[in-house]
Amino acid sequence: MKSNYDILVIGGGPAGALAAKTAAEAGNSVCLIEKRPAIGTPVRCAEGIGKELLKEYIKPDPRWISADIERARIISPNGTAIKLDQDRAGNEVGYVLDRKIFDRELVWQAAEAGADVIVKTRATAPIMENGAVRGAKVLSAGMPADIRAEVVIAADGTEAQFARRAGLDTVVPLREMMSCAQYLMTDIDIDAGSTDFYLGNEIAPEGYLWVFPKGDRTANVGIGITGRKSRDGSRAKDYLDRFVAKNFPNGKTIEAIAGGVPVCRPLACTVADGLMVAGDAARVVDPITGGGIGNAMFTGRLAAQVASTCIETGNCSKEALMPYDMGWRASKMGAGIERNYKVKEYFVTLDDAKLNTLAESIASISLKEFSVLALIKELIKRNPKMLLELKALKNTLS
Amino acid sequence: MSTMLRINRDKCGYCGTCVAVCPEDALELIDAYLSLERECIACGICARACPLGALEVVHEE
Repeated sequence: MKSNYDILVIGGGPAGALAAKTAAEAGNSVCLIEKRPAIGTPVRCAEGIGKELLKEYIKPDPRWISADIERARIISPNGTAIKLDQDRAGNEVGYVLDRKIFDRELVWQAAEAGADVIVKTRATAPIMENGAVRGAKVLSAGMPADIRAEVVIAADGTEAQFARRAGLDTVVPLREMMSCAQYLMTDIDIDAGSTDFYLGNEIAPEGYLWVFPKGDRTANVGIGITGRKSRDGSRAKDYLDRFVAKNFPNGKTIEAIAGGVPVCRPLACTVADGLMVAGDAARVVDPITGGGIGNAMFTGRLAAQVASTCIETGNCSKEALMPYDMGWRASKMGAGIERNYKVKEYFVTLDDAKLNTLAESIASISLKEFSVLALIKELIKRNPKMLLELKALKNTLS
Repeated sequence: MSTMLRINRDKCGYCGTCVAVCPEDALELIDAYLSLERECIACGICARACPLGALEVVHEE
């Protein structure tokens, strides 16, 4: 194992892979370490992503696309469905990926670009010198080693322990951690072209339950509820089991997974001396949808671009790395996270009656655009009686 | 009497949700193995967040 690199990337998910690929293409020596023995598994994801977003990073390939989505339905507590069709919405909806293959492809591309990839290797602590990160202490299949680097890009996902051990506060408050469980189910009656989102305090308190098709009669059936709603007997798994017993009693579960999705605001600062944080570790997840794949790729790539410039000029201080932090915050993604955070904070206050009213108000309309923003704008327009409550929300959209 | 965190490894889905909410950085997810590596204050936040109910704060005489 080499002990010196320009850039060390921690974590082999979409953020880490894009960081490693981008950094290697820019001519840096790069090492990507992954604590698990295999890239891409086990999956901790509902696997949905917008088509346009995906295409900014990689050409869609049937090898890792499980389903092409043409519709979305949002189902309110009383069963009212808001239907969003691709033709009606005027733009494309999304894909459901096969993350096992997708993540491998991304890391493969990073390796092809010249990055070293080492699995079953866990960063236990940052190497700190004069307050700056200078690499990581690792355990590689049980063997301790030091890997030094000019810049470390921490893309270690929900756990986000590397940045934490370098002094950043990455702890997710219980109320902003979505506690999730998911079954990959087969032999179930579903609309293979539609992603379905079920809302309601009986179904998924302060979150939602999803059915994301993975092909004919097969889907990711999963749920996220906030940590504060999670208790013995009413955990994510309990809600999911109840939904499955009612809706897919004869379905077969071929994979059962769990996961945590942070829906707090992003880290106060995503850089430090010699350190950058990207993807879920930076808490750049869409607070409404919980989607994080696209944002992970965006921040991973941007981090590597800024790091490359800094390495060239020989200055990898926090100040020098700041254009990364400022860059993603000023981006469309950054603005979207800030807006959707406020929207989320409003939506978690709604009881089932209000959710039903809102759903009924827009159940039969056509949206010009398929987005959270378009949905919210339409809700505000159609619910003058709720204007007082929606006013604060409206102000966040302008 | 002491309080401690009990990990039910048969229930654990090794997803790391508990790691991210732990205020003490006491938990470590090592592949398919969740371990209590550092001092735990038995606050129970991880037990609340766990999607599968694999964690429990227990009181022992």
